Amino acid sequence: MALGVGCSAPPGRALENKTGAWRVFKPVFDPETCNRCGTCAQVCPEGCIHETEEGTFEPDLDYCKGCGICEEVCPKESIRMEKEEK
Amino acid sequence: MAKVEQEHELFTAGHRACGGCGPALAARLLLKATGKNVIIAASTGCMEVFSTPYPETAWGVPWIHSLFENVAAVASGIEASLKKQGRSEKVVCIAGDGATFDIGVLCISGAFERGHDITYVCYDNEAYMNTGIQRSGATPYGASTTTTPTGACAPGGNPLPKKDMPAILAAHGAPYVATASIAYPNDFVKKVRRAINTPGPCYIQVHTPCCTGWGFESGETLAMAKLAIETGLWVNYEMVNGTVEKAKKVRRKPVEEYLSRQKRFRHLFRPARQDDEIAKIQAIADANAERFGIDIKVKEPAE
Amino acid sequence: MMEIMEGSRAVAEIVKRCRPQVISAYPITPQTHIVEALAQMVADCELDAEYITVESEFSALSACLGASAAGSRVYSATTSQGLALMFEVCFNVAGMRQPIVMTIANRSLGAPLSIWNDQQDSISLRDSGWLQFYAEDNQEIADLHMIAYRVCEDHDVLLPAFVCFDGFILSHTYEPVDLPSQEEVDAYLPAFTPYHRLDAEAPLSMGMYATPEYYMEFRYEVDRAMHRAKETFIRAGREFGEQFGRDYSAFVEGYRLDDADVALVAMGSICGTAKDAIDEMRDAGKKVGLLKIRTFRPFPGPEIAEALKSVSTVAVLDKNISLGSGGAVGTEVKAALYGSGAAVYDYIIALGGRDVRKRDIAAVVDLAEKGKGDLFYGLRTEVL
Repeated sequence: MALGVGCSAPPGRALENKTGAWRVFKPVFDPETCNRCGTCAQVCPEGCIHETEEGTFEPDLDYCKGCGICEEVCPKESIRMEKEEK
Repeated sequence: MAKVEQEHELFTAGHRACGGCGPALAARLLLKATGKNVIIAASTGCMEVFSTPYPETAWGVPWIHSLFENVAAVASGIEASLKKQGRSEKVVCIAGDGATFDIGVLCISGAFERGHDITYVCYDNEAYMNTGIQRSGATPYGASTTTTPTGACAPGGNPLPKKDMPAILAAHGAPYVATASIAYPNDFVKKVRRAINTPGPCYIQVHTPCCTGWGFESGETLAMAKLAIETGLWVNYEMVNGTVEKAKKVRRKPVEEYLSRQKRFRHLFRPARQDDEIAKIQAIADANAERFGIDIKVKEPAE
Repeated sequence: MMEIMEGSRAVAEIVKRCRPQVISAYPITPQTHIVEALAQMVADCELDAEYITVESEFSALSACLGASAAGSRVYSATTSQGLALMFEVCFNVAGMRQPIVMTIANRSLGAPLSIWNDQQDSISLRDSGWLQFYAEDNQEIADLHMIAYRVCEDHDVLLPAFVCFDGFILSHTYEPVDLPSQEEVDAYLPAFTPYHRLDAEAPLSMGMYATPEYYMEFRYEVDRAMHRAKETFIRAGREFGEQFGRDYSAFVEGYRLDDADVALVAMGSICGTAKDAIDEMRDAGKKVGLLKIRTFRPFPGPEIAEALKSVSTVAVLDKNISLGSGGAVGTEVKAALYGSGAAVYDYIIALGGRDVRKRDIAAVVDLAEKGKGDLFYGLRTEVL
């Protein structure tokens, strides 16, 4: 049977859908002012904000939909949404 | 580096939720709380649809969807099956407010009365969002939806109050019932962990604002959830064996601060301000504050 | 060992020996004796199963679905209104390829309310993707449960089954039944090996939704599985015969059909009455025979055409009615015999528990011989 029996599938396949293409505004992170609290990563509905080796944070633009929650919750105002030119 | 980290997410990116989706965040936090040793049973709804168009599932744990209204019965069967096989996975339902407050009540009542060891999480975005923002039993008084629209004969929107689902489930003898909000992620995670580690049927109702259905900017999802708490229109509390033990205290803001930022309540302010309707909603918040004792008392100045 | 027992008891005894791990059912007449007996077996530690006392048939089958998806062999039983309440779950179980076996004690559907037998309930779910087997007597209903588990759980099939017998007429009737021992059943029916299951060690998303790019292919897969079930049924029925001496490898069974001019076609307990009526008609010199249909889904169209190839007149006895069309069995038999030249007539009979006697069978044969058919047989005259 070629299809997953009973419309079933193993994990991981959603990653094939690069939702970054939906984005109008993109978050720009400023590592200089980041206080490393990690709130942005905790509350991102995509789970696509990751800690860098320096302990600051960056978005995975393959998946970031540009919702702006990270900008709204950042206590240091070190994330700002910019209109993306494509 | 980012891609490697993505693999540690049990609820992965690539799902098709709207940008700024409250329920998507709830799903992520839910799996952070449960870890891998879990089986998720999902009802039909926004979350099911945006996270599992075949074959692109966002779920990294065992997950099953059957129908809209039967998730609690499906979970009952899973739990019985695991028990018979001597397995250890926790069984967790995830369902929207329509599936929970309305169409699924029969199955939920049966599952809770029978005492299955399951945790039922309702992500409450206060209307049928998947079908296009129709009123559910969880829609708050005064909200405009596509089935409670405002008009010359109905200036106030939804004329009915929100059903008290946590009390209904507490009345079934549920050992642990809690409300939570995605505005307080750690609190939600903590409550899920407590629920899955409490034997018997437990219920968590998590407030998950929907920017599309409520009408606010996608970046404001958490801000809106927080305002619901700060105005007393949503109360975060825990009920243990039917008794409210903890309710989050706040310095309450007027409900208007919450209502005026959402299109679903716009008719209360424009074209003409409806003070009587706003007052009725303020009365709901006041009653919540009284019932749960959430007001932080301001110290009386010393004489 | 041969024992005289009620049909429902025979079902419960054989289900126990099939070792279901989870049972979920809701009481409804005339199914109750089955589930009461199973509950007692669980209470008496004779059956090591979880028995979930649900609040509705809708939840009964939903719980079975969850239990099956988690990797247990499951069982349920229902009838009539209960099956109607399960409608949505039935389609879901088949689409999700869960091999659930459910006994149907066939009963009519309201309105008007009736607790008595016809086959409207299961036949109304003919498009749901469940295999459907119909028993003539209590030996056959017991045996078909073992065969059903074998066929359903085969990884080439992975479909659920209704194992049907006529409410009251069989469910509450005492007949001699030869019940195999636990060891004999174990030898025939191995422990359940799920194709896949909900398991934290091997995560899987089950019951995803399908866009128009995929939906048709999933429906096609269920249909293919239905067709593969034919081969599996033949094998399981033959092996059953080898072990127990009763061969079930045939989807249809002829009775005195070889030289018959007129063939009756029927399903369920009415076949027993028809056989007696045929013996009397044969004694009177009429060349009449019977074709009994055991598997309504998958529908054995070619097998029916082959069995009836030398018959000139066919009379189908339908204990159901597709209102505005005709009897469901008759409609499909006509399609199977299309182009054969045989005259095929359909008779809606015995709805809502109306008794069928030998003389009614003879009267139907007379009507068919006169070319009168496609009618309700035996209506009260005031409606005519």
